[in-house]
Amino acid sequence: MRNVIVSLIAVLFGLIAGAILMAFTGNSPIAGYQYLFEGGLKSISRIGNTLATATPLIFTGLSVAFAFRTGLFNIGAAGQMLFGGFCALAVGLTFDDLAKPVLLSLMIVVGFLGGALWAFFPGLLKAKFNVHEVVSTIMMNWIAYWTIYYAVPGYFKGEFLETESRKISDNASLRVPFLTEAFDGSYINLGLFLAVIAVIVVAFIINKTTLGYELKAVGYNRDGAEYAGIKVNKGIILAMAISGGLAGLGGVAFYAGNTTSMQIGVMPTQGFDGIAVALLGANSAFGVLLAAIFFGLLYSGRGFMNAMTDIPPEIADSIIAIIIYFAATSILIERLVTKVLKKRKEKKTIVDEKEGQ
Amino acid sequence: MWSLIQQIAPYAIIFTIPLLITALGALFSERSGIVNIGLEGLMVIGAFTGALVIYTIQSSFPGSTTAIWVGIVVAMIAGVLFSLLHAFASINLSANQIISGTAINMIAGAITVFLARNMTGSGKISINAFKSTNVPYLSDIPIIGDLFFTRTYPTTWLVLAILIISTFILYKTPFGLRLRACGEHPHAAEAAGINVKRMRYYGVMISGAFSALGGAVIVVTYAGEFTGTVAGLGFLALAALIFGQWKPLGILAATFFFGFATTVANVSQVVPALAVIPPVLLKIFPYVVTLVALIIFSKSSQAPKAVGEPFDSGKR
Repeated sequence: MRNVIVSLIAVLFGLIAGAILMAFTGNSPIAGYQYLFEGGLKSISRIGNTLATATPLIFTGLSVAFAFRTGLFNIGAAGQMLFGGFCALAVGLTFDDLAKPVLLSLMIVVGFLGGALWAFFPGLLKAKFNVHEVVSTIMMNWIAYWTIYYAVPGYFKGEFLETESRKISDNASLRVPFLTEAFDGSYINLGLFLAVIAVIVVAFIINKTTLGYELKAVGYNRDGAEYAGIKVNKGIILAMAISGGLAGLGGVAFYAGNTTSMQIGVMPTQGFDGIAVALLGANSAFGVLLAAIFFGLLYSGRGFMNAMTDIPPEIADSIIAIIIYFAATSILIERLVTKVLKKRKEKKTIVDEKEGQ
Repeated sequence: MWSLIQQIAPYAIIFTIPLLITALGALFSERSGIVNIGLEGLMVIGAFTGALVIYTIQSSFPGSTTAIWVGIVVAMIAGVLFSLLHAFASINLSANQIISGTAINMIAGAITVFLARNMTGSGKISINAFKSTNVPYLSDIPIIGDLFFTRTYPTTWLVLAILIISTFILYKTPFGLRLRACGEHPHAAEAAGINVKRMRYYGVMISGAFSALGGAVIVVTYAGEFTGTVAGLGFLALAALIFGQWKPLGILAATFFFGFATTVANVSQVVPALAVIPPVLLKIFPYVVTLVALIIFSKSSQAPKAVGEPFDSGKR
């Protein structure tokens, strides 16, 4: 409950700061927010796009949150997403004569494994050599970036552009007609269902299984867990791999669902936003779901706002970034909440005493 | 081979300098006990502020470099102010320093482009940068003249001067000793009468100033414009700090290595001797080497002992 209050207050502060920025650019914040939310919610197809935008964020948020729960800071979700997405796309482009259910399952598995592999190395380095995962995952991000930078034009060059892969066929796409029609032409896709399943599975693993318990124990106190007979090193490697796999699934959802091809020279911002999503969602799986949808709303609504006013679309990133700063400094908010509660209590006691007299 | 090294040395140095100054700033922060993963964001702030100031006042100083120097100074001030966000969160509020630094990166990246787009309409700010010049007389010296004194920028000499002064300050002055003590044994430092929190503020603020200088250097030398990003150089500077084992000369060597590797990768396509190597290998080379270095140094890491831990005066 306390977490929820802190997150909500952080959001409130972020929105206020956004309003100040809007006013700073000479626009009305009320109109700005009205267009922002209309842009994300006004029609059924806009709602579909909001959910689609949220989908990769759910995965990267889960990825970061899962690592966090086990005491690891996975800042490499971007690279894992990139590599997992690339693996899935490679399968989708190579074997697109397979039956759609088989092909999609294969792409999902390969995407997960690709992301897991990209996080396995930092996990291994952490477990065996005590290399801090923050630096190693950042290095892995750039290795993924340059690998894809050369692999896409080298093996899957687009028909017209050097900087883009070929488009995947409808057969290899997570977009399906019934969803597209139900949401009036939106790019919402099966990735969303996959994401919701992932949320449930991750919540189950963390809260209900021995594995989850052991991983959390490693996160709370590494030495204590070791003393209790938990294989700490194995836990670290496994946790990193699962975290990376989740980010890899985010890549599948993004590159085979939201888009239909892969651009080179772009580090997916969803990887870093995953940190924000996890933090706002207080590292709980369902919190991540809600936070990702909220961010999805800001991101999908900003285009409409930008078209209707002259507020730059980067307002959405700014609001999110400021929310994260306030979430990071949540102790400030907690102090505030405690103070308010205390004051109210004092007031109440005074009132009670008066009434008692 | 020799002529190749001669040709690319000036470019390698140009790439090295922003990395060097940023990593050097991070050295002050980490030596005082605060991890600063927000280097990337602080560099972006410096690049933005520098570009904005120069863009605004350049027409008032035709034909002189005054506007550029003013831009650099203002950028450093902006870096200090922005780094206070990180300092306040991690020193006063005991926030997770990694998260706070990540927030710094995100805020800087978003707000600078937001403001740039609002002011110039495109999210980019182009300026008239420094022109590279040969140093008189010194560039005529055989061998080293070609390597170090041709096509140089004044900012290169500024940063190298800062490196020398910083080394002196860190190792030869009471301030440096106190700063390092705060990163190693903050409680002992406090017992000796040092204000740990204040020293850590200084560390983070120096880091902010230097990172912003690094960002501004990119704009006023090879880039010539602000584009909203410094392409991961802040993170590479962090790697260089670790690679250089938290020592000024180590950082100089590490950043020069990165600068050289990047330049080699960039020119590999036009040099027949290098064109046989797949470009992807050259591009990922610095990052792979960093990983290897991390493994090698992991047993004997020279990291400040208390780095990353919030300082709690009551906990001994």
